[in-house]
Amino acid sequence: MNFRHKHIFLLPGLLVLIGILIFPILFTIRLSLSSWDSFYPGLDFIGLENYVRLFTEDQRFWESFFRLSFLSLTTVFLQYVLGFSLALMVWRDLAFKRFFRVLFLIPMMTTPVIMTVIWKTVFHESLGPVNDFLSLFEITPLWLSDDTLAKVTVIIVETWQWTPFMFLLLLAGLLSLPEEAFLAASIDGAGPVRKFIYVTFPLMAPISIGAIIIRLIEASKIMDTIYVLTSGGPGTATETSSFYIFIKGLREFQMGYSAALSFTYLVIMIVSLTIIAKVLVRVMIKQD
Amino acid sequence: MKFSVLSTGIVVGASMIATAASADKWSDQFPHIKNTGDIPGECSYESMSKKDYSGRKLTINTHAVPVMGEPTALHAEQFAKLTGAEVNVIHTPAGDLYSKAMVPFQAGQSPYDIVFGFSNFIRDWMMYLEPVPDYYVNMRQMQDVTKSHIDVASWDGQMIQFPIDGDRHYLKYRKDVIDNPEYQKKYKAETGKELRVPRTWKEYGEIAAFFNGWDWDGDGELEYGSAEVMKKDDLMYAAFFSRSVAYSKNPRTPGGFFFDLETMTPLINGPGFVEALTDWVEATKYVPPGGINFGLGDEINSFGGGQTLFSFSWDDAFVAAMEDDSPIKNKVGAAPLPGSDRVWNRIKGDWDNQFNQAPYIVWGWAAAVAKKSKNHDMAFDYLCFFSNDANHQADIAIGRFGVNPFKKSDFVPSIYVERQGWDEQIAKEYTQTLMDMEEKSTNRVFPLRVPGVFQFTSAVATGTSKALAGQLSPQEALDEVAAEWEKILKRVGKDNVRQAYAVGVALEDNLN
Repeated sequence: MNFRHKHIFLLPGLLVLIGILIFPILFTIRLSLSSWDSFYPGLDFIGLENYVRLFTEDQRFWESFFRLSFLSLTTVFLQYVLGFSLALMVWRDLAFKRFFRVLFLIPMMTTPVIMTVIWKTVFHESLGPVNDFLSLFEITPLWLSDDTLAKVTVIIVETWQWTPFMFLLLLAGLLSLPEEAFLAASIDGAGPVRKFIYVTFPLMAPISIGAIIIRLIEASKIMDTIYVLTSGGPGTATETSSFYIFIKGLREFQMGYSAALSFTYLVIMIVSLTIIAKVLVRVMIKQD
Repeated sequence: MKFSVLSTGIVVGASMIATAASADKWSDQFPHIKNTGDIPGECSYESMSKKDYSGRKLTINTHAVPVMGEPTALHAEQFAKLTGAEVNVIHTPAGDLYSKAMVPFQAGQSPYDIVFGFSNFIRDWMMYLEPVPDYYVNMRQMQDVTKSHIDVASWDGQMIQFPIDGDRHYLKYRKDVIDNPEYQKKYKAETGKELRVPRTWKEYGEIAAFFNGWDWDGDGELEYGSAEVMKKDDLMYAAFFSRSVAYSKNPRTPGGFFFDLETMTPLINGPGFVEALTDWVEATKYVPPGGINFGLGDEINSFGGGQTLFSFSWDDAFVAAMEDDSPIKNKVGAAPLPGSDRVWNRIKGDWDNQFNQAPYIVWGWAAAVAKKSKNHDMAFDYLCFFSNDANHQADIAIGRFGVNPFKKSDFVPSIYVERQGWDEQIAKEYTQTLMDMEEKSTNRVFPLRVPGVFQFTSAVATGTSKALAGQLSPQEALDEVAAEWEKILKRVGKDNVRQAYAVGVALEDNLN
């Protein structure tokens, strides 16, 4: 088999890659340079007009991006803390360990849209069970209608839904840790807290970084929860980038402009996640 | 007048004949029409059974079940049985109906023979739709459709969409409360005013605020003033326009409600609209907790479930309230949208201090045949069958179907009294309200039907929701909307929008 034959074997994979990754990105870039909308269908060429509009006129996109950053960083941080805690809980000997492991995974197995509809009912301000209970203490928080509380509600739902994912990855990491390091720490007289700080956490750092980055990528695409729970409201209090792009593209049918938004968003996410990953490595993994 | 009496007589006669025709061979096979039996017509069961579409396939993109999706599927099944056609019904969420049809339209494909959507899609979709053939436009069944709904389905005199549903916004209220002598006395004692069906939005607000937050129906639960569609991106802009028409649609200033047709200056931030938005912000104080996040479904459930005194939007909340399992059946009333004590005169640049009222013939469900479909004959027959008299009368009695009155024969009280057990007075009020809005008023507002309509309405939804959430004052919010509208006009082209808008303005100014 010569060099050329080897390349032929790579061709199917390459074609799939071109079809599902390269072509859509290139088409999005081309679309972003057109004025395609409901009235002018077609790939005309308007240069960087959509990008100029985005950077000079569209404050709403940038507001939604900063809102997204806040929501995704907060939810992923909470998911990490809770997921790690739950993983530690079922890592060592515990009665009904298997039961708890499955139980903690259930939220992740449910369909996000369906669960959000259920959460919406739970937090319904006049008919929902949460306020029904709280009204006994004469408190009826506006879970979905108040600027701040609506964000809190989104964070609660997202944390509930995706903490199990973090739990699963971190539990897998904990189960693969070498026993020797823990034995050595025990011989040196380290207690559970010191063992966690000096052994478990450092050893878990690489997998923690991986889990955090995966969740940040997913959290930055948050859409279904917002769509069902608040539609980005009240006002624009919970509007995120992906929801805004959805409105511009599929509601208002500004295909050219939404392509420009999508591509800009993709570039920002690649750059910011690369920076976040480097910062996490520097903070969590000590060179010595 | 004579004509009105005569036509009512004919309609009542037809209705009696229809009732007498019940239990015919078609209603035995199709229990959906058990109340009327088949009603003779160009697209009746009998007529359709003579067609043979065996070996042909019809594909329909419609809304999700139940609203409009359920009747589409039901009539598809009936149509298939009668004609031998294979009918494939695809259900799509409301928010995706526009793009799901628009993407293949723009790509030159025709995956669907029939597309369902909202009637205000007409300008964006019309170049991809087959106009309704003269045969259907001139048939007897179509002569029964009100002029308002012929206008809604047509573009510049040519019918593009097949009328299947009728929509308008009107006021719904708790009759048992407003007519209650004890509450009338209490209201008079505490406010010095008469308790009555509100004539103006200010009065609506005062009464709603009075009846907000206490148990006025004795069921042990708190009740509230009003249920309204306030959730962003859930048709809230239509609710805002309903509140705006009285303050901004001045019969003395023709030439545009949304824009000044001559200059195409957006009028959305004028004093009339600002007054309406100020009222609406005030309304957040008398809606149920979380009412600012109510979509259409919440509004229907809230008013239909007896939680509020008032509501205004499409028919659904009223029909839901009048269904047999409703706790408030025969306790609700219908009335025209409230008016205002003054209306903005944009020519004078001042308020006209006189009572004004304007019906809002809001967009509703529409269906049309794709130009590229190879089954035009079968597709139009299906739509004609969908809305034949027997199917239509059965459909309007089922709240979840979302099919509402749009035929003159729908506005006969006895239909509702005999077939749905409505109180006679309520049925009279309901039909009178609807009929007067459609046929008598000369100060109507039609939905915005211009290229890029969603860009305009989306800007309204964003701006008004910021005002409702307290993020901006009403004037700031509407200034923001007007600025956005200017940008959209620039992108789409002022002349393109003007050309389309002129068609709607001609209807509003009664030039047709």
